[in-house]
Amino acid sequence: MAKNTLSSRFRKLDIDEFDENKFVDDHDEPVDNQGPDGAEIDNLIRQYPLRDMMTAFHIALRNPPVNTKNPAIKERALAIVLRVLTSFKSSDIEPAVKSLDRSGVDLLMKYIYRGFEKPSDNSSAILLQWHEKAFAVGGLGSIVRVLTARKTV
Amino acid sequence: MAYHSFLLEPISCHSWNKDRTQIALCPNNHDVHIYKKDGTKWTKIHELKEHNGQVTGIDWAPESNRIVTCGTDRNAYVWSLKGEVWKPTLVILRINRAARCVSWSPKENKFAVGSGSRLISICYFEQENDWWVCKHIKKPIRSTVLSLDWHPNNVLLAAGSCDFKCRVFSAYIKEVEEKPGPTVWGSKMPFGEVLFESGPSGVSGGAGEGAGGGWVHGVCFSHSGNRLAWTSHDSTVAIAEGGKTSTISSLSSETLPLLCVSFITENSLVAAGHDCYPVLFVYDGTKGSVTFGGKLDVPKQTSQRGISARERFQNLDRRATSSETTEQGLESLHKNSISQISVLEGGKSKCSTFCTTGMDGGMVTWDVKVHTHTLHTHTV
Repeated sequence: MAKNTLSSRFRKLDIDEFDENKFVDDHDEPVDNQGPDGAEIDNLIRQYPLRDMMTAFHIALRNPPVNTKNPAIKERALAIVLRVLTSFKSSDIEPAVKSLDRSGVDLLMKYIYRGFEKPSDNSSAILLQWHEKAFAVGGLGSIVRVLTARKTV
Repeated sequence: MAYHSFLLEPISCHSWNKDRTQIALCPNNHDVHIYKKDGTKWTKIHELKEHNGQVTGIDWAPESNRIVTCGTDRNAYVWSLKGEVWKPTLVILRINRAARCVSWSPKENKFAVGSGSRLISICYFEQENDWWVCKHIKKPIRSTVLSLDWHPNNVLLAAGSCDFKCRVFSAYIKEVEEKPGPTVWGSKMPFGEVLFESGPSGVSGGAGEGAGGGWVHGVCFSHSGNRLAWTSHDSTVAIAEGGKTSTISSLSSETLPLLCVSFITENSLVAAGHDCYPVLFVYDGTKGSVTFGGKLDVPKQTSQRGISARERFQNLDRRATSSETTEQGLESLHKNSISQISVLEGGKSKCSTFCTTGMDGGMVTWDVKVHTHTLHTHTV
């Protein structure tokens, strides 16, 4: 028998990468969305722990890093947004969600699901409350858009 | 509204004959069954058995009374009625994956087949060889073609595909027709030319990052051919107007994805999908906006009866809410996703009746006049 029937090195190759008909996403505009500004948000949270959460919220959702492939930028943006989301009081969540437009609610849903991926001590409870309020506005469609989006946050 | 349950299995696809007395449908197997209407009853009069794989598309040409079917066996057959029997003619599509959808052109001298081989086959009849011949549109399609719709000028073809784009192609075959005049979508139309492409790299979308997010399940030209609507798997419905290439109006809906769409007037369309009821959308050409017009399946309000404490705890246990309603199933007529809509009366400009079939094996005919009256929406 041939010697190389014992070798299983070929199993480490991902053959789909070599398929010439493999679907590649269109490359759009490059890295111009760097994610929200961390320093600005830190200030807002520290100085006005109760009053200006809305502003912090809106700033956090600005400039989502959807177009970059750099995971570090995405992680940074996610951490900032999660900080803002977890420091909200439960009663303030609903007006915050109501202040967003359609694409804002979709973006919020994307961040919520990203936040679900790595649960920490008390993040899940508050994220679930955010999810409930965002779902009331966005409906099943916003969740479907989280699942089908090619550009993830 | 009339609901008729044909089968317990999904209806894969259906098509009506010209006077709407017969319906050809595929009961989720390799055959096509033709049912004839007798008053309120439906009787099966023909069984068309030729395909070796599930039949994925059926189209019945109203004028020439021919049926074209396509299936997962990579073939298409054109059926002609000879006496009392339907006789098939094989059409070689030259595809190496399943065929997904088929559509006769308005003049019925050619038909288009969308397939998983990432191409569209345009088939026309060659008189000298007495044979159906096909030509392929390949570029720039990069995934399965899920849906097709012809423009009224018999040349342009809209295709929705799994590569997240909706495109308008030219399917001009010089052997069977004259050169077409210019339309709002363009004036130069050689075979295979892309006259319009939706999505981020083509034309800019209307609602932020909504454009280009999901497989395009259903496409439909308006009656005049100037407008094109498509529904996508990211729960959006979008309309593009030919000519003004920078305006695509899209609406991100709150429902589950819609699978099929059809214009019922020049300004409104009806769509249905995984939510099991048809919905109306209204397009405002001046503002370039699509708005939700309402659900067309308004269930009768069942009387509210009191809920016992035991039921309350049971609900809490099963569904995490102790809500009043204890409905066990869906309130809509269809009990499973709706996969296809077809206009019955009135055409796409003044539709008065349309029909939906779905995965529950049922078919519902809907009257449009009744519903637009109860919804108090736009004037048709």
